[in-house]
This record gives sequence, C-alpha cells and structure tokens, in this order.
Amino acid sequence: MNVVPPVVRDPAKQKFDTRRLLANAEQQSIDRRYEDFMIVDVDAHHYETGSYSEIFDYIDDPVMRDQFKFSKGQTLHPRSTGGYQEMAGRITRYAHRATEQAADAPHRDIGLTRKWMDAMGIDVACVFPTPMLGLGLNPIVEVEVQYARAYNRWLTEKILAQEPRMVSMLYLPMNDPVAALKMVEEFSGRKGVIGFLVTTVRYKPLYDNVYMKLYAALEERGLPIAFHAATNWSDQSMNITNKFIATHALGFTWFNIVHMTNWVVNGIPERFPGLKTVWIESGLAWIPFVMQRLDNEYMMRSSEVPALKRKPSDYMREMFYTSQPMELVNNSTMLEETFKMIAAETQLLYSSDYPHWDMDLPSTIYDLNFLNEQSKRNILGENARKLFKLDHYISNEKKARLKARNTSSL
Amino acid sequence: MNELFVCPDTELKDGDVRIVQQGRLEIGVYRHAGQYYAYRNHCVHQGGPACEGILRGRVVELLAPDKTYIAQTYDNDDPHIVCPWHGWEYRLKTGECAPDPSLRLKRYDVAVHDGGVYVRM
Repeated sequence: MNVVPPVVRDPAKQKFDTRRLLANAEQQSIDRRYEDFMIVDVDAHHYETGSYSEIFDYIDDPVMRDQFKFSKGQTLHPRSTGGYQEMAGRITRYAHRATEQAADAPHRDIGLTRKWMDAMGIDVACVFPTPMLGLGLNPIVEVEVQYARAYNRWLTEKILAQEPRMVSMLYLPMNDPVAALKMVEEFSGRKGVIGFLVTTVRYKPLYDNVYMKLYAALEERGLPIAFHAATNWSDQSMNITNKFIATHALGFTWFNIVHMTNWVVNGIPERFPGLKTVWIESGLAWIPFVMQRLDNEYMMRSSEVPALKRKPSDYMREMFYTSQPMELVNNSTMLEETFKMIAAETQLLYSSDYPHWDMDLPSTIYDLNFLNEQSKRNILGENARKLFKLDHYISNEKKARLKARNTSSL
Repeated sequence: MNELFVCPDTELKDGDVRIVQQGRLEIGVYRHAGQYYAYRNHCVHQGGPACEGILRGRVVELLAPDKTYIAQTYDNDDPHIVCPWHGWEYRLKTGECAPDPSLRLKRYDVAVHDGGVYVRM
C-alpha cells in the first residue's frame, strides 16, 4: 500500500477568488484547446453596481443625481421586479465578490471581468448592466433617460475606452423615443459600441410609429438592435407565480416572445431589411414554439398581416439568438432539431451570462456531439465576429498557451 | 490501491470539508454525524467545484392531512452538497443528485486508521 502526500485545503478558509472558483472552467479551456480559436461572449454582465458612485456623477440633472446618491440607486426601481438569484447563499459568488482582489488599473470593473473571461477562455465579452434590465418599468420617464445616458457615458469613457476585450450594446431609453434616437446619434462610433439594446420588460409596443426613425438610424449605421429579456414579478401574469423558478423560467422567455411576435407580425423586418436583430437570454426552446405557432396561424390569417411576404419563421431564421440559458436537460434530439430550425450554424451566438446564477460555459456548445468543429467555432465566436465586425482577437493567456504548445511540439 | 492522507481524525467537525488534491484529481472529504464521505469535486452538470459550495439541509414542504400547504423547512438529517456554480444539489450521504438520482457525484471510500483520515483511490 502506498501512502502519497496530497495537497489538502479547507475551502472555508480560502479568500474568494474567481480564478479558484472557475479553476475547472480553466481546465476545460485547456483540455479543449480554446487557444485555437476566438471566443466571443455576447451576453455577459459586469459589476457596475460597484461603480454606482462614479456613474451617479454622470447624471446631468443635479436634482436627480442627488436622488440616486441618497437612495444608493433605489431610484432605479421604485418597486422590486427581480428575485433571489443567489438562492439564499447557494451561489457563492454573489455574496463574496465585493471582497475579491482584482487589479484597480485601469479600472476594478475591468480587472474583475478579465478574471472570469480568462478562466473561461473568452477573448471578447459584450457586457451589460444588471439592475437596468428592469429600468423600462420606471414610471418616471426622465429617470430612464437620465440614468441611461449617465451609464452609457460612464461605460464608454471609463470601461470600453480602456479595454479592447470589453464591448457593449448600449441601453436605449425606449420610453422616450426621441431620447433613444439621440442616444444612437451621440454614442454610435464610440470605441466598443457594437450595437444598441432594448430591454424587453417594458410595456410600450415596439411597433409604434414613434420608433421608426430610431430603427432607420440603426439600419443606416449598420448597427444591430438587441433585445435583452428579463422578468417582472409584478406583471399581471407573473404576479400569480409564487416561486422565482416560475417567474424566471416563464418571464425570461415571455417578454421576448411578445416583442418578437409584434416585431414580426407588424412587418418590421420588411421595413428595415438591413437591420440585424439579436434576441438575448431566453434560451432556445421558445423559438421553434413561436415559429410553429405563427406559421400555422399565418396560413389562415395572412390578410391580417399584409406586410409579410414570407412565413414568420422565415424572418425569424434570419435573426440572431444568444445561447444561454440553453436547455440541456435530457433531450439532445430536441436540442439538435432546435439548432436546425434556427440555422444555428450562422445565427446562434454563444453567451455565458456570467456571473449570473444560470451561466453557461463555452463547453455547453463545444461538447455538443451533433456539431462539427467548424459549427462549434462559428457559434462560439465567428458568428459574433462577423455580425459585429469585430477584429480577430485572442487573449494574451491563450496566446501564451498556444506558444507553449508550439514550442513543446518542436 | 493508494491512500491519500486528509487530516488527523480529530480535525474535522460535523459539517466540515477538506479538498484533497492530487494531480488533476480533487476530492471533497466531509464529516457528518460522525461519518466520513468523499466525492470527486466535479459537478456532473457543467463541471463546477461541487464540494467547494455550501452544505444545506434538504428543503421539505409541510402539508396538512387535507393536502393544504403549511410551511417549508430544512431536513438537516439529509444535508445537500450545493455546487456553487449553478446550485445543483447532491445528497451528502449518497452522492445522488437530489432532483435526479440517476446522476451522482463520483464516490470514494474513506478509511480511518492510525489516528488519521484517508481517502482511498
């Protein structure tokens, strides 16, 4: 019998460190040789709540600025729309990340984001805020406008300008269509701005004529419009659910389903054929459902939607979708069929949603046995690189791995 | 067969865990109600470090005889290992995934001798 001295550690005594938490993700990245190709994460979240004081200083309206400062950001949400993502302490990164060590230069937000990106093997991440996903519900339109502009200024000046690996689609204050258009005019062309974002927990219909100038402006600039799902527990339909799992599983698909359906049946893709759309964080199972429902009814009620020249699913197949949270449980046949229905090889964009509780690693795509190597690389990076016209970029850590591999093989 | 030394038998209290690492293999060794349990530190979902999460009693729902809801509480005799990445839960005593027992953490035997705790590979 051999007695071997191992390394033993007590996790209770370890300081929280994202690289430690994601050590197994890093091993996956090494084992799958992610250094051979670019990975783009099209939906990740950064830590802007840790920079509230900086962001609040960017609010133009001095009265509202004080409201944000003294309420510590509660002005964003006069009523709660979220839930307990952290599952009462089960998802440990929520409670501990404020204490994490990270480089302060050029900005702590960048230092924290680089840590999880490098662990997962992600080269470029499109980052979004978190509490702003419910900002479209704020009854004070000027709060949405003021905070959106403050956040967009802070993000572009403090983060995107200093970190080529972080890009974003900027928040549009859709409750004020004129302000939304101004946002595009002011911020398009800034470093790292790869499109604009509509959060879909909102109740102003996106087919309204007031938005046509906005869509035309985006189409003219070749910038995609993205729709980021969320949930609203106060919505009448969600209000009768009593568990976060219910309002999340349904809400995060429902609000994108409603806006997607309106978008298609009002013929917006026919009006703006050059405007690329990206549907974010609703998983994938809902897409075949909506395609089948709309196609079936379209054949009976085409007179009601004269703008359409093709079946609804034909338009939907030309749209882009992010992958997370991908429905991975027990049915790869269904998942494979879904990939076919949405033309995943060209239209699907990998997303992690890190650091949120239902994040997906790149291996959720890379390990799918019905995809060939090129399809995997398309979904993990190439589709996004082409859509957003990104430069080819491989992180320094991955470059070092590739160099070490090449050296050892000599 | 190899044995990896974890710690002296007196070191772990109920609810404690140690991560034993040899090469790429990591094993979480737990003590609960005087018994030791050991599992691979690798969640079957996306590969998270399951044994570095919290231990939390199984949540149970209490119903009245007429099937009306009363309350929820913890069953601390059935503690769950909770993977910190996504919250997948495993029963500490068996390693079975709580919502799907066909899935489980890889289990290792634990031996106590000569005043020490060892995990067998």
